[in-house]
Amino acid sequence: MTALLEVVGLSKAFGGLRAVQDVSLQVPAGSLTALIGPNGAGKTTLFALMSGFLRPDQGRVLLAGQDITGQAPHINAALGLTRTFQIVQPFAAQTVRENIAVGAHLHLRQRHQALARAEEVAHQVGLDSQLDKPASDLTVAGRKRLEMARALATRPRLLLLDEVLAGLNPQEINEMIPVVQGLVTQGVTVLMIEHVMQAVMHLAQQVWVLAQGQLIAHGTPTEVTQDERVIEAYLGHGTAARLKAQRGVA
Amino acid sequence: MKDLRAIALFALVVMLVPALSASGVMLNFVMTALYACLLAQAWNILGGFGGQFSFGHALFFGTGAYAQAILQLDAHLNAWLALPLACATGALVGAGVGAISFRYGLKGSYFALVTLAFAEVFRIVALSVPFTGAGVGLMLPLQSSGGAMQFESRAGFVWLMLALVTAGLLLTAWLRHSRFGAYLQAVRDNEDAARAVGVNPLRVKLLATVMSAALMSAGGAMYVQIFQYIDPGIAYGPHTSVEALVGAIVGGMGTLWGPVVGALALHILADLTRNLFGQLPGINMVIYGSVLILIVMFLPRGIAGSALSVRTLWSRTSERRDA
Repeated sequence: MTALLEVVGLSKAFGGLRAVQDVSLQVPAGSLTALIGPNGAGKTTLFALMSGFLRPDQGRVLLAGQDITGQAPHINAALGLTRTFQIVQPFAAQTVRENIAVGAHLHLRQRHQALARAEEVAHQVGLDSQLDKPASDLTVAGRKRLEMARALATRPRLLLLDEVLAGLNPQEINEMIPVVQGLVTQGVTVLMIEHVMQAVMHLAQQVWVLAQGQLIAHGTPTEVTQDERVIEAYLGHGTAARLKAQRGVA
Repeated sequence: MKDLRAIALFALVVMLVPALSASGVMLNFVMTALYACLLAQAWNILGGFGGQFSFGHALFFGTGAYAQAILQLDAHLNAWLALPLACATGALVGAGVGAISFRYGLKGSYFALVTLAFAEVFRIVALSVPFTGAGVGLMLPLQSSGGAMQFESRAGFVWLMLALVTAGLLLTAWLRHSRFGAYLQAVRDNEDAARAVGVNPLRVKLLATVMSAALMSAGGAMYVQIFQYIDPGIAYGPHTSVEALVGAIVGGMGTLWGPVVGALALHILADLTRNLFGQLPGINMVIYGSVLILIVMFLPRGIAGSALSVRTLWSRTSERRDA
């Protein structure tokens, strides 16, 4: 598979804090790839660097071989790279339909076309019953769906999903997983930041693990969860050895 | 479309006034009311739909006014030809100020302060350079003819102001039903989210400023035509900026009819208090101010905005009844 998104040696520092250090990764076209890591690992910063919200200090971002390093987000969106936000950012004063239509307008000039497309996308993510509600009236799960719908309405090639499952209850997560899966079957390449491991194990074909701004592991979900460095990054230094010892006793 | 029908109805109703009444007081009242509507509409495009609260819209008003006067006095242009050029001049100043402010990401109170500062700078410049007549101001020679846009009867001005207000209404209706309008409101509600889905906020805000400034300059040009006089205090003083933004805020920002309703309500209120309490100088301003406070306190979304929420509430309860 060829890489739709390729990141080469990306670094970003905020003052003394090196949020992202020399990160290189690839997202194959048509795949669902996950980016995981403990809190503060720099995942969201990496998303911001890829989508153009932040300019990297070093390194390059390539979308289908084209250099888009530091290019403004709206230009990237036109090229087919769109992101969602971990902290949902609805146009609160507008209805769900109007929210999604803003995304649809990227390729549709006419208002009625954009509104019609908004309806289709809402159906796809399961928001059709809420179309005329103001976005501010939605539940957290509804807002996460809206966040996805608005991005999806731009007809992205690559969608960066930033924790669309965070804050949802188990039932809502189970309802959301097929929606994310549906994106990939439609031909959208997805790179998702996710903490809900159940979902990552279930959805992702490959996983990149970021800790303290650096990539520490890469592989299939099963490989990654057995990786000692990953266990240590999540559970603390020495845990891997302790777990192994316990398993040996049992 | 519903908006277009409502606008047509509004225009027809206002047209009845000069058609049926020749009373100078009545015509004068309608003319000044429409004038107030125009200023509020202009502010509403950038402030209400774009969420960029300008505190210095007098900048565009004054520029339009001076351009209208200077083009006639120095370039000996006909007033009707001067009007579109005055709007263009105001739009150009809007583009310049917008480019400088938005390029550096000024938002909220900072944008308000910068626009206020620009208006003040222009006022001081107008006070000191010769081509604006400095402190003395500029006076248009009196020519009572429609060809010079100085109508003998106030009715002429009512027609012209109505045309401008209708243009403002159509522009606002277009914002409600177009891609540009959707982008503008998206940038107002959440700039980052808008950028993520392909909106260029700089371009959108800049265009909104240009439209808002052009309409505001038309207001300034009309001021010159009606009163045949302009000086730096009238042109760039904070009074006009406040009038424009208060009308839009009281009526309901980001709505089609808000600025018209707000400007009209305030205009009637000001007139009433002046007539009722004329013998007590200053008391009209006290009452005017108190009512303003009450409106802002109890109708924070403006008159039209609150009417809107009553309507949605009503349709929701009726939906529930139907269900």
